[in-house]
Amino acid sequence: MITSFLIRSLDRTIVIAVAILLALAVLVPALNLLTSADHPLHVPTYLVSLFGKYLTYALLALALDLVWGFCGILSLGHAAFFALGGYAMGMYLMRQIGARGSYGNPLLPDFMVFLNWKELPWFWYGFDMFWFAALMVIVVPGLIAFVFGWFAFRSRVNGVYLSIITQAMTYALLLAFFRNDMGFGGNNGLTDFKDILGFNIQADGTRGALFAASALALAASLVITSGIVRSKFGKVLVALRDAESRTRFLGYRVEHMKLFAFTVSAMMAGVAGALYVPQVGIINPGEFEPGNSIEVVIWTAVGGRGTLVGPIIGAILVNGGKSIFTAAFPEFWLFALGGLFVLVTLFLPKGVVGTALQYVSRRRAYREARNHKDAGLPAAEPLAAE
Amino acid sequence: MTEKRPKNLLYLDGVSVSFDGFKALNSLSFIVEPGELRAIIGPNGAGKTTMMDIITGKTRPDEGAVFFKGDIDLTRKDEAEIAQLGIGRKFQKPTVFESHTVWDNLELALNRRRGVFATLFYRLTGEDKARIEEILSTVRLTGRRDDLAANLSHGQKQWLEIGMLLAQEPELLLVDEPVAGMTDAETAETAVLLKEIARTRSVVVVEHDMGFIRDLGVKVTCLAEGSVLAEGSIDFVSNDPKVIENYLGR
Amino acid sequence: MYRIFQTLLIALCLFTAIPGGLRAEEGLRDLVNALGEAKLSNMDEHIAALAKTGDAKVVPVLEALGEGMLYARKADNQVFLTKESGSNLTLTDPVTGESAGEAPKAAFSKIKVNNGVRRAVRTALGSLTLLSPDRNQRLKAAQSVLQSPNADALGAIENALAAEKDAEVRALLERARATTLLISDRPVDEKKEAVQVLKQSGGREALSILSTALNSADETLRPDIEAALAGIEQTQALWAAGQNVWYGLSLGSVLLLAAIGLAITFGVMGIINMAHGEMVMLGAYTTFMVQEILRNSFPGLFDWSLAIALPLAFLVTGAVGMAMERGVIRFLYGRPLETLLATWGISLILQQSVRSIFGPTNREVGNPSWMSGAFELGGLTITWNRLWIILFALAVFAALLFLLKKTPMGLQMRAVTQNRRMASSMGIRTPWVDALTFALGSGIAGMAGVALSQIDNVSPNLGQGYIIDSFMVVVFGGVGNLWGTLVGAFSLGILNKFLEPYAGAVLGKILVLVLIILFIQKRPRGLFALKGRAVEA
Repeated sequence: MITSFLIRSLDRTIVIAVAILLALAVLVPALNLLTSADHPLHVPTYLVSLFGKYLTYALLALALDLVWGFCGILSLGHAAFFALGGYAMGMYLMRQIGARGSYGNPLLPDFMVFLNWKELPWFWYGFDMFWFAALMVIVVPGLIAFVFGWFAFRSRVNGVYLSIITQAMTYALLLAFFRNDMGFGGNNGLTDFKDILGFNIQADGTRGALFAASALALAASLVITSGIVRSKFGKVLVALRDAESRTRFLGYRVEHMKLFAFTVSAMMAGVAGALYVPQVGIINPGEFEPGNSIEVVIWTAVGGRGTLVGPIIGAILVNGGKSIFTAAFPEFWLFALGGLFVLVTLFLPKGVVGTALQYVSRRRAYREARNHKDAGLPAAEPLAAE
Repeated sequence: MTEKRPKNLLYLDGVSVSFDGFKALNSLSFIVEPGELRAIIGPNGAGKTTMMDIITGKTRPDEGAVFFKGDIDLTRKDEAEIAQLGIGRKFQKPTVFESHTVWDNLELALNRRRGVFATLFYRLTGEDKARIEEILSTVRLTGRRDDLAANLSHGQKQWLEIGMLLAQEPELLLVDEPVAGMTDAETAETAVLLKEIARTRSVVVVEHDMGFIRDLGVKVTCLAEGSVLAEGSIDFVSNDPKVIENYLGR
Repeated sequence: MYRIFQTLLIALCLFTAIPGGLRAEEGLRDLVNALGEAKLSNMDEHIAALAKTGDAKVVPVLEALGEGMLYARKADNQVFLTKESGSNLTLTDPVTGESAGEAPKAAFSKIKVNNGVRRAVRTALGSLTLLSPDRNQRLKAAQSVLQSPNADALGAIENALAAEKDAEVRALLERARATTLLISDRPVDEKKEAVQVLKQSGGREALSILSTALNSADETLRPDIEAALAGIEQTQALWAAGQNVWYGLSLGSVLLLAAIGLAITFGVMGIINMAHGEMVMLGAYTTFMVQEILRNSFPGLFDWSLAIALPLAFLVTGAVGMAMERGVIRFLYGRPLETLLATWGISLILQQSVRSIFGPTNREVGNPSWMSGAFELGGLTITWNRLWIILFALAVFAALLFLLKKTPMGLQMRAVTQNRRMASSMGIRTPWVDALTFALGSGIAGMAGVALSQIDNVSPNLGQGYIIDSFMVVVFGGVGNLWGTLVGAFSLGILNKFLEPYAGAVLGKILVLVLIILFIQKRPRGLFALKGRAVEA
């Protein structure tokens, strides 16, 4: 069952994308570690981390695409799941610091000592174990998405209403995580990480490994997402995106379908956040900003929603542009981003990849029609049965 | 549910519903027998579509009883459950899944397990394939199986939708204005199709086209202002003075 | 001789009001001169003795003492009121009030005062000036005896009370009397009455007076005080609830202002305008610009700045709104999610533009005089700016309601939003109506910005803080229903303010958001939802 699910997921584009990702997972760290700094192909460590960050963004965009592109749920709160995954990883990294913090407390992270706390809050237990943290990276965003989605989809909150309440959700989380009493470090968040699984988090080797992990996670998610959207379930998703009530009248529990997609997507976003945090070295409540979630939407839109590789390309393009732009003309980045929102929605609604695919398929149809004509065959069967 | 109720396929009794003071249905009672093909006529606002909404669980009645196959209370179930029980519905406006191919539309409609994981790991079996092929030929769309539904003509979309209803294998089929916007030839063919379908299941057709209803040649119910005005053969109903005053004569 | 007689007569008249206060001038002089020999430690006894005379002449003496202008002549210990003039002192006789010439400073020693003495002076003055012919003076005196009650002053207070006609002063005096009575050695029955008086007056002050009294009260009085305390606390709680309602109304009016434009663009037209908050922000910046120009060129018109800014803000944001609608939004009708994204982009551009032009920091927007200050209403403190904003929000609401329901333009707007094609075939120029409606919604947001500039920081991020809240209000109230927006805004405002004391400001806000999210689950179409088939269209 699982194998057929996986085999079905691998069409040509996905195979190529996965191959590229796997190659990158090997090549980039290798070029960083094995070449000397003056070698023309050398990849400096800061770039490894930067590209690694892009890959986690790409994973986040892919997660959003699953719900927005295929299911029609425009979530304006996906960065919240990303941040939750990030916090789960951040808590593990905090516990790893141990007695090396500025206050030297073996159990309590610095900010708790600073707040004069005497005991570790119950929800920090277990985060000293990697497997537990890794589990929470998936479980916490998944659970929140499940509960939220269960309420929202059951009562048929749709379209922009859903978008607005997802935005309210991330806003509420933002406010909550800003509070010191929450026990997540208040507005400073979690930072000053030392090591992960015993490896120094600053070391080139660790950076390379994190990059590779991001690439692998993205490849795996791509295969899983592709499997989902190519299954009958995926067809139901698209069906309910286009005609929800018709889908209901065919006997599908639309709310269950949406809930599943939403939860899976949130879990993927959580994984992305967990890979993001060790590479940037900090997680703070700013990640919950509603603006962040909307930015994810534009990555997906630029690349092309409803295509699987589109969001990945979009995330990398937009963030690459952002890195270059903010370095060269910081004043104008928001103009550029704002303009991007307007122009893409007006002129490129299918995104870069979607538009390219449309062009290719038109060319193919045209060529086939011409071939048929050349061979003296009737052009692709005209409106039959009329 | 202790009271005796005859084993009708569909049983509506004293159903009323109002929207912001407007009584869309006013104590409507209506019965469909197994295997029956029934036509419903009535002026705009008579409550035809609202009645279908209530049967399919889209709208909840303010009062009244709605039972399917004798003792299944439809007022307590939602659309998906009702669809799974075997009530299919075709909308006034053809609604097919435009970004899916004709084949996928039928595959989605096929009466199989519809849970999340059942669909996630579903594999098209030879049996299902044969069934889809059969329906394709019934609705005369075999040649367009791989085309996107969006590219079908209006009449073809109506047929595809009827095909989807067949794939759903309902015991009761509710059809809302199936021939609106069709050419005469298409209309006649649709009448044949519906009669064919009604051989194995009950069908309720809402239509304005009197010619089409005459073609069907079945029992007719005329609704007006949310309740039944007259019921009987087409000739009986169309000669009823109340019907003429309320509907035909206008 | 005649003069002396006259003075005596006047003094006589004055003194008859104070029984037992009739003293010879010389006695007074002795008392005053005693100040010169007194030590800091027993100064208050001397002051009390002076006060006890009840003589109006004591007032300037004590005032001078408090200000450190009372000097004793080293030669004979005569005490004088003085005024400095260079190295000399201008002397005034404390008893006769006549000038006593000038003398070099060196010949005098200043009568030293410390805070303890000053307090004693204030108390003494309080009871003395209770009879002053100036109403404000009496008011001040009554306040001062109330604040530092002194059992010795009780007689003075009672006398003053008997003569007082002014209601406000009387009320104060009543309280002062009750307060003083409680610490005096009067019989318990009178004290019980005093407790009742204090209970009637209520307020935080009475609460603290009574709780102090409770500590020293004997067993017979205790239950009375306790009952009075409970009673006051209850009224206090009621007033606090009232104050919360007021804060809630105030917050609600802010929400209403922010959301009301959205009720047009989102509620009536169905356009998700994420740049709505930026329209508010532009309105606030328009106010800033208007005030800058007025400050530099026509400072006299400053109080009119808001009246000038209102129409300007409406025009500016209305124009921006129309440009947005014509330039972007009209291509996206029927695609709400895309509209959301495009308008978000516009909001980023507007924010950054304002940041580039005006800088990222807060700009100073002043309050005109009529919007500053506060007044008391029962136990409520009401600030003028909040009151004006509530009134303004209601006025805007009423105007909008009128516009939509009673004018041809409103009719056209409703027609277009209900059935575009029908309206268009009736000869309504639908694109024009769309643009105008959107401009109207944006313009109202701009006017809201003028009002909000009075209570919020004017920065490029101003709008961001309102956008989620205003969407919540519109969704909560029910889309397409202006009354729903009104009720939604005020109920959310009040709910927020009632949660705050229990949960804190941030947690309260989170709770409200969660409640709205849950509420939308229950009633996806808001408080005042449309029902029926029209909804599906």
